[in-house]
Amino acid sequence: MFIINCPYCGERDQSEFSCGGEAHIVRPKQPTELSDDEWAEYLFMRKNIKGVQFERWNHAHGCRKWFNMVRDTSNDKIHAVYKMGEKPPVI
Amino acid sequence: MTKYRISKTRFVDQTKTVSFTFDGKTYLGFEGDTLASALLSNGIHLVGRSFKYHRPRGIMSCGSEEPNAICQINNNTDLTEPNVRATEIELYEGLSASSQNCWPSLNFDIGGINNLISPFIPAGFYYKTFMWPKSFWKKIYEPLIRMSAGLGKSPTQPDPDIYDHKHEHCDVLVIGGGISGIISAKIAAKNNLKTILIEDKNILGGSTIYQNNKNFIIDNKKSNEWLMDEISELEKLDNLTIKTRTSLAAFHSYNYLLAKENVSDHLPLNKKNGSIRQRLWKIRADKVIVAAGAIERPLVFNNNDRPGIILSNSVKKYLDFYGVSSGLNNIIFTNNDSAYETAVSLFEKGISVKIVDIRKKSSSIIVKNAEELGIKIYWNSTVVNTFGYKKIKSIEIMNLSEDGSNVTGDKKKIQCDCLAISGGWTPMVHMHTQSGGKLDFREIDQVFVPSEKSENHINVGSCYGDFELEEIVKNTNNKVKKFLNINEDSFDKISVLCSKETEKKNIWLLPNIISENKTKSFIDFQNDSTAKDIKLALREGFKSIEHVKRYTTTGMATDQGKLSNMHALGIIADTAGVKMGTLGTTTFRPPFTPLTFGAIVGRSVGKFFDVERKTSIHEWHIQKDAKFENVGQWKRPWYYPINNENLHEAVQRESKAARNSAGILDASTLGKIDIQGSDASEFLNRVYTNAWSKLGIGKCRYGLMLNEDGMVYDDGVTTRLGENHYLMTTTTGGAANVLSKLEDYLQTEWPELDVYLTSVTDHYSTASICGPNSKEILKKLFPNKNFSDEAFPHMSYQDAIIDKIECRIMRISFTGELSYEINIESKYGKSLWENCIKAGEEYKITPYGTETMHLLRAEKGFIIVGQDTDGTMTPIDLQMDWIVSKKKYDFIGKRSLYRSDTIREDRKQLVGLLTDDPNEVLEEGAQIVSELDKKPIEMIGHVTSSYFSPNLNKSIALAVVKGGKKMKGQKLFVPMENKNINVTVSDFIFLDKENKRINA
Ligand SMILES: [Zn+2]
Repeated sequence: MFIINCPYCGERDQSEFSCGGEAHIVRPKQPTELSDDEWAEYLFMRKNIKGVQFERWNHAHGCRKWFNMVRDTSNDKIHAVYKMGEKPPVI
Repeated sequence: MTKYRISKTRFVDQTKTVSFTFDGKTYLGFEGDTLASALLSNGIHLVGRSFKYHRPRGIMSCGSEEPNAICQINNNTDLTEPNVRATEIELYEGLSASSQNCWPSLNFDIGGINNLISPFIPAGFYYKTFMWPKSFWKKIYEPLIRMSAGLGKSPTQPDPDIYDHKHEHCDVLVIGGGISGIISAKIAAKNNLKTILIEDKNILGGSTIYQNNKNFIIDNKKSNEWLMDEISELEKLDNLTIKTRTSLAAFHSYNYLLAKENVSDHLPLNKKNGSIRQRLWKIRADKVIVAAGAIERPLVFNNNDRPGIILSNSVKKYLDFYGVSSGLNNIIFTNNDSAYETAVSLFEKGISVKIVDIRKKSSSIIVKNAEELGIKIYWNSTVVNTFGYKKIKSIEIMNLSEDGSNVTGDKKKIQCDCLAISGGWTPMVHMHTQSGGKLDFREIDQVFVPSEKSENHINVGSCYGDFELEEIVKNTNNKVKKFLNINEDSFDKISVLCSKETEKKNIWLLPNIISENKTKSFIDFQNDSTAKDIKLALREGFKSIEHVKRYTTTGMATDQGKLSNMHALGIIADTAGVKMGTLGTTTFRPPFTPLTFGAIVGRSVGKFFDVERKTSIHEWHIQKDAKFENVGQWKRPWYYPINNENLHEAVQRESKAARNSAGILDASTLGKIDIQGSDASEFLNRVYTNAWSKLGIGKCRYGLMLNEDGMVYDDGVTTRLGENHYLMTTTTGGAANVLSKLEDYLQTEWPELDVYLTSVTDHYSTASICGPNSKEILKKLFPNKNFSDEAFPHMSYQDAIIDKIECRIMRISFTGELSYEINIESKYGKSLWENCIKAGEEYKITPYGTETMHLLRAEKGFIIVGQDTDGTMTPIDLQMDWIVSKKKYDFIGKRSLYRSDTIREDRKQLVGLLTDDPNEVLEEGAQIVSELDKKPIEMIGHVTSSYFSPNLNKSIALAVVKGGKKMKGQKLFVPMENKNINVTVSDFIFLDKENKRINA
């Protein structure tokens, strides 16, 4: 059970949050221009890294804001949290 | 006093007698006893039968590692509790306990026959034998296994006890109230840190508190006296909370820990009433100090499982703590010095004791002490066999060969009534590994010790592998100071004198003169697995410890292998010729000891199990005897039976009324999202498949929402309340997810859009009136309003006033009938509803529930998301092409609608089904086939909604069928258990295809 530092609210218990999978996958601006394979890449392909991973999280039982998190999945250490739209930190 | 209650101690109050029953017989013990110590004081060792061979088993330990003495507590079958360790349960007046695994009785056990045929029950036996013949499984094997095996009986009634959950935060949590935990807690609390010390026993002090040996001295006091003084000091510290009878269950990441407190388990029956039984503490600690101690290891030799064979330090605890001698003629069998402390204790109380030691010599202080007392020691010897069926009577010993791999010389038989065994100590690394910590193997002691990398927890004392008193005290002091970064000198100048072990020897499987196949050397006592089983598993090709564990079931009982894991590893390492450190250990998972379900669920039982959402009209539904259906957390009226109608009868009546006169539905549970902002129209364009920009103010439109993969996600009617203001409705079950999804897109993909979302589901109540007379009823309710089709057309909305309260009227239809929905602030919902009922009286307005709603929708071929769709249906599959905008450049899921997979023509598609026999109603979920003769029969679809339609007077069904769009008129089959039902594919709109009724 992590303690997550919501960029809007501060430290809260993990039970208030939900994870939305890999971060920085941008929805294509012109989906109709894409081949099936390119669209499938956006739609289905997600990394599942053992180690440092960039993830989307939502403070679902709090401010309901989405934000990004850098987490090491091997030890659950959270390296950084940052707001949507902000540049990912270099880890 | 019984003949085994040897002495008085300060821990057991011998002035307070406690009576209890075991297997129906009444015995006496004292306040302060455990069930195990009280049984031993009555000379009872035999407490159960083993799981597989049903061998007689006795109390083996004094703690949570106990594999044998697991009892059924409370003879009342309603409330009985299985699998309670007799070594952990405190004795209370009225306690009734019985042995498990025994049928028909402890002393005569029919399963004992397994013991006689045990050469035929090797490792993996259950996997191998009971596989064949198949027909034997249900009638013979399973009943036999169930009757003669199993662990205890479940209670037959709901648990009447109260359990509780509480959160706790602290700077430092110390796990374990032994000497190192006490030192740690004192250092922390004296330095202004909010500290919690938890201890699973009722008294602090661990094994030092009864260490009354002159060879263990701290600051010129016997170690137990010194510790007693320290404990009374602790009680003065304001920053320290001590929780006894509290055991750690789980150590999760970020120092989140669960601990279970026994609040009233130890109280007499007549004082338990009404009090909380157990409490689960959810602790978030800044720093954690694990001082969990170590568990003594057994030794593995032939017939090492007889009642009366007890771990050596447990014999010492029963004697020095409880005043109970486990035997009057004891033999101690050891490979280390610690067992000599037991020998000295026994000797000093005048009890006969001899020692068998596999080592050649030892010259430590405690061994010298034993020699000086004249205790007989058989050096370089091992036990090769034991005798006595229900209690040990004698043992045979032999000398060990030079390298310890074999035995030499003659067998010597020695009489005894208790064999105390000690194979050394295993640090309790469970907490450390649960938190994610790794282990190192320490060759010299043959132990796994924590490899400490975390900044937020440490291990001290014997759970860290410090076994000598002096190193425990000094290392704990230094380590804790450094960990907490504080300068505290309480323990800096402490002087410790103790015996130190000089000779170490370990043999995982002791050699024997008879062939291994004829021995029974138990490793896992609770699951009855032997050294032989481990070796067989290796011969059969299992290499990973995790596989060997599962194949032999070693370490998989309720004790999670606390006593057995190390021996299993050791024997694997020896047999395979690899280093033990390279094998790794099995994973220790929470909980550390079994938790009651009560403690896990706490107060979340009965009506507190989950939130129940009720509409403002709920009370009215109850008064009308509605049957309710759970939709998400909502309670929705399912149907309203009159005069003992069943579901079918009520639904037939309700749906006829709705089509022929007027029906009313409580639609308050539908999700409602208020959408505002200058980009609200654009936003709707992007989230729905159809176009929204041109929807006029005051108009309503049905929308279909997809997932990005093109599959239907939700549907509902959205109303344009103003230029930049919409009210979206969602399905009842989908409301929360839809809101989350919309918020996600707004915040992450389209932050440039000026749109605000607010959930208003609970703010408004909705009465939906349908049927040909609905307009007349509305006219009565709102006499000043013009309800003509021109003034108030289908798919439009108007503001209105009823009883001076503002409300909104939407002319939209759920059912295909002429319909109106009235939305009003929830607090007026019931009054609105009652007004509607009153106004509708002359038209026999009929309240209907979800079942009728489904039927009415099915008649019209209106899908129900979640019933007719299952996350694999596109709008094209549903033949809803009409709602998918061709003009819009993009919307969620659009691109997926022409992926190679979604344009396949043989996808499952929505169709109608008519049964050849119009009275035959299909089962929802039933499979559909096109050919009965071809084997295997190919399932080409399934029924999604099915009803007998009273309005059409025949059975109708919606189904999804592969390539169904092109199958109209085709004959298909629905195979059931006893017959095949003939069906014909039809249009899925069964009633009023021309949509005349909504303007009727
Ligand atoms: Zn927040």
